[in-house]
Amino acid sequence: MKPLNEVIAACPPSGIRRFFDIAAEMDDVISLGVGEPDFVTPWRIREAGIYALEHGYTTYTSNAGLPKLRELICADLAARYDAHYDPGTECLITTGVSEGLDLALRVLLNPGDEVIIPEPCYVAYEPCVAFAGGTPVAVPTRWEDGFAVDADVVAAAITPRTKAILIGSPANPTGAVQPRSALEGLVRLAEQHDLYLISDEIYDRLTYTGAHQCLGALPGARERTVVLGGFSKAYAMTGWRVGWICAPAAVAELAVRVHQYTMLCAPHVSQVAAVEAMSGPGDDVDEMVADYDRRRRVFVKGLRETGLDCPEPGGAFYAFPSIRSTGLDSETFAERLLHAEHVAVVPGSVFGPSGEGHVRCSYATALPLLEEALVRIERFVRSL
Amino acid sequence: MRQILELLERDAQLSHDTIATMTGLPVAEVSEAIATWEASGAIRRYKAVVDWDTVDEDPTSETVTAFIDVSLAPARGVGFDDVAARIARFPEVRSVYLVSGSHDLRCTVTGRTIRAVSDFVSQKLSTIDRVQSTATHFVLKTYKRDGDAFSQPEPDHRLPVTP
Repeated sequence: MKPLNEVIAACPPSGIRRFFDIAAEMDDVISLGVGEPDFVTPWRIREAGIYALEHGYTTYTSNAGLPKLRELICADLAARYDAHYDPGTECLITTGVSEGLDLALRVLLNPGDEVIIPEPCYVAYEPCVAFAGGTPVAVPTRWEDGFAVDADVVAAAITPRTKAILIGSPANPTGAVQPRSALEGLVRLAEQHDLYLISDEIYDRLTYTGAHQCLGALPGARERTVVLGGFSKAYAMTGWRVGWICAPAAVAELAVRVHQYTMLCAPHVSQVAAVEAMSGPGDDVDEMVADYDRRRRVFVKGLRETGLDCPEPGGAFYAFPSIRSTGLDSETFAERLLHAEHVAVVPGSVFGPSGEGHVRCSYATALPLLEEALVRIERFVRSL
Repeated sequence: MRQILELLERDAQLSHDTIATMTGLPVAEVSEAIATWEASGAIRRYKAVVDWDTVDEDPTSETVTAFIDVSLAPARGVGFDDVAARIARFPEVRSVYLVSGSHDLRCTVTGRTIRAVSDFVSQKLSTIDRVQSTATHFVLKTYKRDGDAFSQPEPDHRLPVTP
């Protein structure tokens, strides 16, 4: 047989998979390894989805997505972040940020173009760059700096082939929120070197220590920035697969072109549900965010009491404690913790070399389970 | 401060320590606030939300609940307040509301048997001065009460480890 696609074949499977397989075999596992909300989609939104099915919204929508949904998204970005996009030409509904990221990279990259990615970062960033024909260039961030991106480190990685910088804030896996100054540093670099910025803002609503800064709203950023967002995290709608791209019209137009041939449109029922998510009362979202924040405080304090150093996560629903004091590498720590105490966490090394020495713990889990997990982690750490 | 009350309303068993961590307030401040509310009566008491349908007990110990709609003749100066207060004093009466619509008061009444509740309505409630009529609705099954749904919680469909 002739060889399959060499770029894809060369891409290692996600390091998360192995832990999934072990954890799936065990009883009474407390999983802190889940990258999605433990809330079920609020009932009003599910009800809107049921209504959509009952009334036969089972067709395609326009390629770019329901106009009403695009209007709501753009109005929300304007109201919340003073970021202004035209729903007609600068906004596209995608099947989650995952597709949005893929589209953005395919539209921006020519073969061999480099994309600078500060790590630790979401596991899909580097593979998606490679799949789009580009070359991912990971640059480190430091725990000591709260994983803030250092513009000088990024600048040192820029070459004539550099096309874009890809950043996620608030971040999976660190929970770090990039300070405005760090984002401004990236915008300056982008202007100097004529680069694009891809900003994954799926966790924008889940910030606890300050307001979210939309990258597209920073001075000088708009014309070169692709903002990716979605409904999965804030509205607990991961399985509905709805997200969006907001970008300058030239980029959005090409993104629609790829989308119309590869995806055609995001699921109609999910788009109808997303309209309800955005247009109904937002109390349920506020309550979920408040609940994450309370768990975050309890969990981070508890982690510190187990003897692990834990930087304060400002967003998302992850804590990223340092396990260096245990002398174990993150993969060994995660594996031994799972076997000894049946607590699943994800080794930080899965998210890039700078994640080594840390584990990702999701606190999107019921409080009594978090408290039990803390007891088990403490027992494990003390046993070392 | 209001946040403390909201947290306790959802889970009265939260420790002062946990509430302090959740709200970012000092423990001493949380404890003092709760003590003040307990003393002033802002916090009346702490109780459990029981789904009696799941408690396997001697059937004779079951209780029945009924909603009783009451029509009243109002009186000058007091409106419905005096009669409502009289009704509320009966221990069988769990709640009393003044409501809009075709009746004036909506009461919740519990008793050991349907007969006991019926007797209460016919002998005690209906005979109060200015009570003109009553309509009794026995509860057959409780699906949700005070924000707590009495059905199986939704299972967690998430995979144990996801990106």
